[in-house]
Amino acid sequence: MTLKELWHRLGSPRWFYRIGGPLGAVLGGLALVLLTVGTVWGLAFAPPDYQQGNSFRIIYVHVPTAIVAQSAYLLMGVAGVVLLVWRMKLADMVLAATVPFGLTMTALALFTGAVWGKPTWGAWWVWDARTTSMLVLLFLYVGLFALRQAIPRAETAGRACAVLAVVGVINIPIIKYSVDWWLTLHQGATFKLTEPPSMPPEMWLPLLLNVLGIYCFFGANLVSRLRLEILERERGTQWVRDLVTGRSQREAAA
Amino acid sequence: MSFSSLDAFFAMGGHGLYVWLSYGAAVIIFAYNVLSVRRRRQKFFRDAGDLERRRAAAVEATGESHRS
Repeated sequence: MTLKELWHRLGSPRWFYRIGGPLGAVLGGLALVLLTVGTVWGLAFAPPDYQQGNSFRIIYVHVPTAIVAQSAYLLMGVAGVVLLVWRMKLADMVLAATVPFGLTMTALALFTGAVWGKPTWGAWWVWDARTTSMLVLLFLYVGLFALRQAIPRAETAGRACAVLAVVGVINIPIIKYSVDWWLTLHQGATFKLTEPPSMPPEMWLPLLLNVLGIYCFFGANLVSRLRLEILERERGTQWVRDLVTGRSQREAAA
Repeated sequence: MSFSSLDAFFAMGGHGLYVWLSYGAAVIIFAYNVLSVRRRRQKFFRDAGDLERRRAAAVEATGESHRS
C-alpha cells in the first residue's frame, strides 16, 4: 500500500471501523500487561526515595498521566490542522474522541500532583508555572468539551474546536519548559533525551513501563471512542444498519 | 520486596493516605474511560436495533396491506 492510498483509506470510516476492532484489542492487552507490571513493581518493589520516602511512589501515576495528557493535546492540534486544511472526517472524530480522555487524564495529573505536594512541599497547591500551565491545559480541555456541546451544527462545531485546539498547542511547550524557565518547587523531568535519568534503574524502569502502558491505554481508548463516533455518525448508512441487524440477530439466537 | 510486611506496605511509611488516594483516583479515572465507552456502545446498538426492528415491522405491515 502506498502512502497516498493509506491516506485515502484513513478517510474511510468503514475501513477504520473494521481494523479498529483487532487494533484496539491488541493495544488494550498491551496496556493491561505493562500497567500491571509497572504499577506492582513501582508500588511494592522499587526502593523508597532517600528524601521523600514512600510518597514518591505517586510518580508512577502522576508522570505517565501528565505526559499522556499533553500528548493527547498535541494529537488534537495535529487533527485540528488536518481538519482545517483537508477537511478529513476522521480528523474531526479524533478531535471529538480525544477530549474526554485528555480531560480526565489532566484532572488526574493535577489531583495526584496535589496529593503528592502535600507531604512533599507542605501544600496541596502552589501557584507556580508548572501547576498553573497544567490548570490552563485542563481549562482548554473543558473549553473544547463545552464548545462542541454549545454549537448545534456538527461541521461548525468541529471547525471551531479545531481552531481552539490548534491555538492551545502554544501551552504545551510552556508546560514542558516551565520548570526550566521559572523558579519552581516542581522537580525537573525524569526522562531526558540528552542524559540518563538521575534515578537508579529499579526506580525509573517501572516508570518507563507505566509511561508505555498509558500510551497503549490511550491508543486503545481512542480507537474504541473513534469506532463509536463512526457508528453514531454513519448510523444511516447501509453497512452500519447491516452491522446492527446482524448483532441483534446474534443476540436473539444466543 | 521493599516492605517487611503487608501492614508496612499499606502504611507506606506514614504516607499511605497520599499514595492510596492517588492510586484510588487513578483506578476510578481508568475505569470511567473504559466503562463510559462500553455503556455508550451498548446504548447505540440497543437503540439502533430497536429502530431496525420497527422499520422491519413497518415494511411488513405495509406489505400485508397491499395484499389485502
